[in-house]
Parts: sequence; structure tokens; C-alpha cells
Amino acid sequence: MFLARLVAATAPDEPLLPLSVENLTFEAGGTRLLDNVSLTLGQGMRTVVMGPNGAGKSLLLRLCHGLLRPTRGRVRWALDDGEAVRRRQAFVFQRPVLLRRSTLANVTFALAHAGVTLRCRRDRAMEALERVGLGHLAGRPARLLSGGEQQRVALARAWAIRPDVLFLDEATANLDPSATRTIEGIVQAMHEAGVKIVLTTHDLGQARRLADEIVFLHKGRLVEHRPAAAFFERPRSEQARAFLDGRLME
Amino acid sequence: MTELGRAAAAALDLILSGDAELAGIVGLSLQVSLSAVLIAALVAMPAGALLAVLRFPGRGLLVVLLNALMGLPPVVVGLLVYLALSRAGPLGSWGLLFTPTAMIVAQAILVTPIIAALTRQTVADLQEEYREQLASLGVRPLAAVPALLWDARFSLLTALLAGLGRAVAEVGAVIIVGGNIAGVTRVMTTAIALETSKGDLPLALGLGMVLVALAVAINATAFGAQGLLRRVQG
Repeated sequence: MFLARLVAATAPDEPLLPLSVENLTFEAGGTRLLDNVSLTLGQGMRTVVMGPNGAGKSLLLRLCHGLLRPTRGRVRWALDDGEAVRRRQAFVFQRPVLLRRSTLANVTFALAHAGVTLRCRRDRAMEALERVGLGHLAGRPARLLSGGEQQRVALARAWAIRPDVLFLDEATANLDPSATRTIEGIVQAMHEAGVKIVLTTHDLGQARRLADEIVFLHKGRLVEHRPAAAFFERPRSEQARAFLDGRLME
Repeated sequence: MTELGRAAAAALDLILSGDAELAGIVGLSLQVSLSAVLIAALVAMPAGALLAVLRFPGRGLLVVLLNALMGLPPVVVGLLVYLALSRAGPLGSWGLLFTPTAMIVAQAILVTPIIAALTRQTVADLQEEYREQLASLGVRPLAAVPALLWDARFSLLTALLAGLGRAVAEVGAVIIVGGNIAGVTRVMTTAIALETSKGDLPLALGLGMVLVALAVAINATAFGAQGLLRRVQG
């Protein structure tokens, strides 16, 4: 296990992307929640996964990240090394799960489990906290921070491990506009630093602000996968038109 | 004023005058039960946490068994430890029977399932909350155990208190393996049992009062500390 960690930590920088999702199907309790989804996500573009509740957005992200196993189909990365693949992704959840310890320790914990040596952890964690504007709160118990600050800790934790891909699942759904703006700024900075961003949202404004391309899901099926400008300008499907118009959908 | 009233008055007098015999009995009680809980916790907390995070065949059965063992009768534990430590028993040569060490062993066995079962439940609940995040960070179940135990620390205090309450209040195990020898293995509960049967109600009642007061004091301190730590540490 330690050897595997060492190898993973020192693996040459082969590209992790593109990510190919092939005929991905997920069923739970006899219900098909994701139905035969195939798509390819490349480097560079910010991908926003949209769709009404129950469309399968979160499910798609969790399957891509490896938190769930598909019933059928598969998730294929350009890199063919399970350990390295997992290590080069990060995931930010709707509700940040922070450990009951200091803000700094939350980030160093993630670094420790990413195989970063003890000597480097503190500096890298502080650097990440500074980037999200929380350097001054490093010593505070993470659970006592505000909701927006907690989500920034989650982002710092994700950034510190220097992922190739960052998944965000409704990361600002519980936050007020000001905290949302801060989070979007951090996501934008990570994008500019070369991190592939894949996020779900049902906030249309956020999708317009952040998206380079849109993956539109409806009832577990992939309906559209197009550049954002074209999608918002001329949605092809009736479901997407209804969603963009704010009509209540079946 | 009945006999009860006179006994209560005499008991208060014993407590307030700092009676040496009473102090010795209380001291030994605390020493035995605290040691037992400490030893039990060292085994039970990691074991309970492992049972919460690991998935293996027969795990459900083990959980049921563990929960059932919470109700282990003290006299049965006392009997088993007695058999093991008696001269003819497998550990007879150690010469531990009728010593405080034997009492610590018996109480540790008694409270281990309690602490383990409560730890398992606490850690299982916490793990449900942390599962996806830990998986995302690449933390394997085994590696998650220390982190989960540490994050459950405030709730686990309750498990320790439950163990301590059980240990300090039980009489069946310590009377069998300790023998209630004055000045050597006499603790609060065994003394109460003996003095009551002898008719020395003031000492019995005094010990009873101390026992209840201690239980209240320990729990109040723990409750206060828990609240304070939660506020300070999140």
C-alpha cells in the first residue's frame, strides 16, 4: 500500500483527461436513475451539468468521481491507474463535511491522505487557505465557521491536493449571494490555474456565469451536451426550453 | 425520627468528619472502577469503531451479540473470573484472587461490551455523515478509524460515563473476586451489602449517599466539560 502511494505520488504527469462516460446506467431499488448516458469531457472547458431535480446531476458526478459503482456502462479516464486517477480529482459537496478540528488541520488531513509528506503539508495547506482568503482563520475550529467559510475550507482542501479535475455538486445551493460570489471567484481562479471544472447547479444565473459547455440531463437521460452560448441562445430540446423559461416540468 | 432518620444523621456525620474507613472504601472504589474503565476503553473504543467501519461476514451477528453483552450479569462475570483466577484455575498461579487487580479485571470485562457497543453506534452514525467525504479524500475504512474516534470524542464521553456508572455501582462481580476484605478489597457497594446485613445502617447509608453524590458530580462535570468543549472546539 505504501509502495502504491509512493508510485502514485511520483507518477509522471500523464494527462488524466479526457473523461469518457460510456453507456452509464445506474439503478437503485429497481428504479433507473441514470439511463445510458454517454459523453466525453475534455480539458479546459468549465462543464456545467444542469437539469431539474431528479435529473441525475449529482449521480453523474458521483459516478464519475468513483463514489458509486454504475449498474452498467463505465467511466474511463485517459490515465489507466486507479490510484492515480482518484488522487488527481477532488469533490466539493453541497454540504461541506469538515472534521472537528482546526481549519488548518482539515486541509493537512486531506494532504496526509493524498500522500504529501509531513514537512510539506503545513505550507501547502496555508497556501491553499490564503488562496480562499481564510489564512487568518487557520487556527479556528472548522465547525465554528460560517456556512460560506466552511465551503471555502472545502475548496481550500480540494485545491491543496492540486487536482486535475474538480467536481462541485450544488456547492453554493445553501449560501447567500455574497458567499456564492466568493465561491464562484475561487472556482474561476482554479479554472484559470488549469483545473478542469465540472459542476452541477440549478441556479440558471450561476450556469450562465460559469459555463463553457452545458450538459443537460432530464429524468436520467442526456438531452443536450453543447457549448454554453449555443445552449442558452437556442436550446434544441423541448425540455431544455421549458427549463430555461422557468416552466414547471413533469 | 425513625431509625432511618437517625441512620441518615449518623451517615452525614461520618461523611463530614472525614471518617478514615469510609474514605478508604471510597478511594478504593474509585481506583478500581476508574482503572477498569480506562483499560476497557483502550480495547473497546478501537474495537467498537472497527465494528462500525469494517464490512465482513457475520458482522451483524457480532453487533447483536455485543449489544446483548451490555446486559451481562455482574455475578456471571464474577464467577467466570473467579474460576479463571482460583487456585485450580488456569491463571491460579498468578495469585490474583481477592486482590484489587482481580476486581479491576472483572469490572473491565463487564464494561468493555458497554463501551464498545456505544462506541460502535456513535461511530456508525458519524461515519454515515463522513462516508462520501472520506472516500473522496481516499481515506480507507481502517485509516478512518482514528479520525472518526477523534471526531466522536464528545459523544464518546457518554459511553465512558455509562461504563463508569456500571462499574462503580455493581456489586456482584467485585464481591465474588474481591471477597470484601476490610481494608483490602472492600469497596462502596460490597460494604453497603455487608453493613446492611450486619445492621450497621449509618455506614451503609453514608456510603450510599457518597455513591450517589459521586455519580451526580462525575456526570455534572462531564456534562459541563462537554458543553464547554463543544462551544470552544465546534
